[in-house]
Amino acid sequence: MNKSLAVPEYNDEIVKKFTVASVFWAIIGFCAGLYIALQMAFPGLNFEPYFTFGRLRPLHTSAVIFAFGGNVLFATSYFVVQRTCRTRIWGSRLANFTFWGYQVFIVMAALGYVFGVTQGKEYAEPEWYADLWLTIVWVVYLIVYLMTLTKREEPHIYVANWFFLAFIVTVAVLHLVNGISVPVSLTSFKSYPLWGGVQNAMIQWWYGHNAVGFFLTAGFLGIMYYFVPKRANRPVYSYRLSILHFWSLIFIYIWAGPHHLHYTALPDWAQTLGMTFSIILWMPSWGGMINGLMTLSGAWHKLREDPVLKFMIVSLAFYGMSTFEGPVMAIKEVNALSHYTDWTIGHVHSGALGWVAFISFGAIYHLVPKLWKRKELYSLKLVNAHLWIATIGIVFYISAMWIAGVMQGLMWRSYDSLGYLEYSFVETVMAMHPYYIIRALGGVLFLIGALIMVYNLWKTVATNDDKAQFVS
Amino acid sequence: MLNKHSKIEKNSILMLVCVVIAISVGGLIEIVPLFRVETTIEPIKGIRPYTPLELAGQDIYIREGCYGCHSQQIRPLRDEVERYGHYSLAAESMYDHPFQWGSKRTGPDLARVGGKYSDDWHVGHMINPQEFVPESIMPSYSAMESRDANLVDIGAHLATLKLVGVPYTDSMIENAYDDAMTQAQEGNSESESALFERYGKNINIRNFDGKKGVVSELDAIIAYLQVLGTMANLKDYDPDILIKETSPE
Amino acid sequence: MIQDDKDKHIDEFSGIETTGHEWDGIKELNNPSPRWWVWLFIVTIVWAIGYWYVYPAWPTFSGDGFRGGTQGRINWTQYKQLEESQNEILSRRAENLEQFQKNSIEDVMKHPQLFAFAVAGGKSAFKENCAGCHGSGAAGARGYPNLNDDDWLWGGSIENIYLTIKYGIRTDNPKTRASTMPSFKGMQEEDLKQIAAYVMSLSKGWRYTAEGKTKYEQMCLFCHGQDGVGNPSLGAANISDSIWLHVEDSNPGIVSQIENPKHGVMPAWEGRLDDATIKQLAIYVHSLGGGE
Ligand code: HEC
Ligand code: HEC
Ligand code: HEC
Ligand code: HEM
Ligand code: HEM
Ligand SMILES: [Ca+2]
Ligand SMILES: [Ca+2]
Ligand SMILES: [Cu+2]
Repeated sequence: MNKSLAVPEYNDEIVKKFTVASVFWAIIGFCAGLYIALQMAFPGLNFEPYFTFGRLRPLHTSAVIFAFGGNVLFATSYFVVQRTCRTRIWGSRLANFTFWGYQVFIVMAALGYVFGVTQGKEYAEPEWYADLWLTIVWVVYLIVYLMTLTKREEPHIYVANWFFLAFIVTVAVLHLVNGISVPVSLTSFKSYPLWGGVQNAMIQWWYGHNAVGFFLTAGFLGIMYYFVPKRANRPVYSYRLSILHFWSLIFIYIWAGPHHLHYTALPDWAQTLGMTFSIILWMPSWGGMINGLMTLSGAWHKLREDPVLKFMIVSLAFYGMSTFEGPVMAIKEVNALSHYTDWTIGHVHSGALGWVAFISFGAIYHLVPKLWKRKELYSLKLVNAHLWIATIGIVFYISAMWIAGVMQGLMWRSYDSLGYLEYSFVETVMAMHPYYIIRALGGVLFLIGALIMVYNLWKTVATNDDKAQFVS
Repeated sequence: MLNKHSKIEKNSILMLVCVVIAISVGGLIEIVPLFRVETTIEPIKGIRPYTPLELAGQDIYIREGCYGCHSQQIRPLRDEVERYGHYSLAAESMYDHPFQWGSKRTGPDLARVGGKYSDDWHVGHMINPQEFVPESIMPSYSAMESRDANLVDIGAHLATLKLVGVPYTDSMIENAYDDAMTQAQEGNSESESALFERYGKNINIRNFDGKKGVVSELDAIIAYLQVLGTMANLKDYDPDILIKETSPE
Repeated sequence: MIQDDKDKHIDEFSGIETTGHEWDGIKELNNPSPRWWVWLFIVTIVWAIGYWYVYPAWPTFSGDGFRGGTQGRINWTQYKQLEESQNEILSRRAENLEQFQKNSIEDVMKHPQLFAFAVAGGKSAFKENCAGCHGSGAAGARGYPNLNDDDWLWGGSIENIYLTIKYGIRTDNPKTRASTMPSFKGMQEEDLKQIAAYVMSLSKGWRYTAEGKTKYEQMCLFCHGQDGVGNPSLGAANISDSIWLHVEDSNPGIVSQIENPKHGVMPAWEGRLDDATIKQLAIYVHSLGGGE
């Protein structure tokens, strides 16, 4: 169990492929986000029938979550599991299948949306044939991952792998239960889900919330648990905290789904469970942040020199922020105001841009020189520029959406002194206009940052002057 | 505790099993009791499955992603019931596969939009929303005007929904196409009474898009919009009927 | 405490012992979970248990309780909460509303405070429900009448406006007012032109033929009246004022209406809005400037 042990030949080809794909889909997803943001500010940008807001919105959410986020998770989990188990990946050909299979799934889903093929369930829009295909790919993923774990050379399973494993298996369960549907015929794109009405609502948000909890949180915490200590070159702060917050996180997350259904026709008791478990979820969520941030004790000086590590730390700050905001929004009184408004969108993107995207950028910046066997990145200055431009972009985005959301919520419920509603719905639509422009501006900055990253990575790979010894 | 945990940490299958157990509890407790329909779905008269034309409309609604901007769920909050009407009941969406409650109101709630506007207004509004509401940021859907509603296999759609629990009868499935044509006023008085017989009296039979001889996507989507929120008999609805107590036997 | 403690050692920087595990160079410190973290965690759990005691929270095996769940100490439901919060608004309105409902419309008009109250309520309801068709400034659009001018299809008195709003025009409501202009398709082209010329002359003072006038009187006078002044009881438009709802301001425009008459549908608001609101709307619309 010490470094002198032989290092096996890892399969990094597969990690490379997923890394390239994740960067590619990131750009597509951000462009789609920017485009729909512009459509909300300037509705003239809708081009029917294929490029209307209603069809592009799921394209954006799927592209960023499943295409960008998913590929990052594949790349990092395959990278991390090999190294922390000190073994080559099990079933390289199957792993290769997960790559191509997953890209096929993404393309199937994306084409579907543009052509109007969708199940119409948020974050589960792909139709039955794409769902079935994804099921196959995902089961293979689980097998490859699990088999690699079982043939590990280390006695213990590293905490990053707990999170990756929980992410993979839970997403499988969620996908299977939420996705059951009956196609109109075997030659028809269209299907109807088995669940309907209020049961469908509960199952869908059990799925939707835990897509956040296991895809966008547990999976990315797995990334955090490897790349932060690695980059900081410090031990993980607390093993006991890892255990406590891992099990409490996965146990409690599952319960919080009904906070998406406050004050609806869902029975009150279920709403209460959703609210209270969301609040209990606060500390388990923060456990990850604490373990990440405290890992830096003794390495704070590194932050000044290493913008890649900065990306990771800023992401942890955003993670902490959105997992504080989330429980607040889960309180019924607050949700009565925030639900249906842009506040939710602000919350989503502080988590999605600040946490998910930033930790991914950090991991990708760390991975690319390693995978392509370069000494360092082409330019750390550019990484720094990316960090700042993107951070300002996020600040634009989320502060605009907070203001817009709270204003919208207040306007909807505002009564005049005689007891009549003060604003009509359309007046609230008008009031959103300036904030939609600011949000789009934030999107432009975020996209520019990402393009800088692409350039930097490209240069890193293309500049081949100094073949570095590949270590670690 | 740490010793026990190191057992899990050393056995990937054990860890997998523990994870699955941990994530199962919450879901089961929150979801399974909802299938006890008598406590979940309010007993209320008037809810019927969508007619074939309305269903074709809902298919379009889903295809276009209207749910990304429009909710169909009025919360029991005073401003919402004032703005949109009676709060939504679970019964009102029980035949929606999938449910259309939505999660964002970029546009207004549509749960009770049925009857709020004329067909003619909807035609104009779908073709160019800014014509009536200059401030609107809704996309225009003028292509629907010239596209035929997808009715060829509408019977198969009904049959599929029957499989997932919507109470369509065989005669509804068999006559789905004719019923759709009839509702768009491309039938005759005989087929109209057959339609009423199958679905009840509360049906809008109109030429929704104003064009004779064609049943366009506008016909379908407007038929759908015009029925939203109009089925339930809410006049004397009292939420206290949802309290059930064991009768001392 | 930990089994594989062979490689345990003290971390130089923090002085904390490691767990002895190492993966790809990553070690773990054996720090306890932060105290405040554990405490806050416990506090949230205790709070939740308290909340479950007060509010409906857990499904019951038997399906008893409110919608199959425990009822909670205070018998709270979201529907009761709604009622309470509505009462607050109703009481804000109550004083005026009571007076408003007691008084006839004429009396309301004479009473400045009640009138202001009616206009406020009417305006609020108008913006939400009517502006989609009649425009936010009530200036209308093609096919949707302007409510600011004094050209009324169905009469501009408050009573008439009230009836229009409550029962709608050409709706399914049993009390709706409705009428249809017949199509005169098949009429000689020459006749069409002459009638149209006559109709245009009413507002423009242009020349027309005697034949046009006769034909008008034979076919249109019954509804649109002598000199085209219209007939509010039939909803037949005044066609002598060059305010057009459906047609273009030209002879061909008139011709097209004669051949293919257009009709508007105004929804009925009975059942959707309560009676007081409809009354307020009538007063508000009347106050816009065009009321008779
Ligand atoms: C980009 C967001 C967006 C999309 C997508 C969208 N709408 Fe809208 N919709 C709006 C907005 C904003 C309004 C309010 C202004 C107006 O009336 O146009 C609105 C209003 C409406 C209204 C009038 C509601 C009322 O009570 O006044 C209807 C009906 C409607 N939309 C139907 C649809 C249908 C059907 C679709 C899909 C085919 C759709 N909308 C897609 C934004 C959208
Ligand atoms: C679906 C569109 C629509 C909506 C919504 C609507 N109206 Fe109308 N309204 C019409 C049309 C069309 C007419 C003309 C009917 C006709 O052609 O005879 C009309 C006529 C009227 C008239 C009679 C005008 C006259 O010249 O006699 C009044 C008054 C009126 N509306 C008030 C209202 C009020 C108040 C509301 C809201 C509570 C409202 N309308 C909502 C479409 C609408
Ligand atoms: C049975 C009654 C009836 C008869 C007969 C009739 N009309 Fe009309 N006409 C109406 C009604 C009702 C309307 C209003 C439609 C609406 O409110 O939307 C109307 C509307 C019109 C309009 C459009 C007004 C506008 O503002 O756009 C014109 C022009 C018109 N009629 C001309 C004629 C002429 C010319 C004739 C004879 C050839 C005629 N009408 C015969 C009932 C009648
Ligand atoms: C360039 C950056 C981005 C821009 C400009 C952008 C813009 C948008 C816009 C305009 C919406 C629709 C909001 C609405 O309907 O009101 C949206 C939704 C969403 N975006 Fe983004 N986005 C960006 C990046 C991302 C990223 C990186 C992620 C995830 C990793 C993400 C996840 C989501 C999700 C989950 C939603 C749906 C939110 C909901 O339904 O509540 N976005 N985005
Ligand atoms: C403790 C953790 C969290 C809690 C309790 C929480 C809670 C909430 C609540 C209450 C809503 C609003 C639901 C509504 O009103 O419709 C919401 C929406 C959302 N949150 Fe979180 N959140 C948490 C963390 C996160 C994180 C880390 C992300 C990462 C990206 C995230 C992504 C989202 C998304 C995508 C939505 C929008 C769902 C939709 O489409 O409506 N959340 N969350
Ligand atoms: Ca959403
Ligand atoms: Ca038609
Ligand atoms: Cu959630």
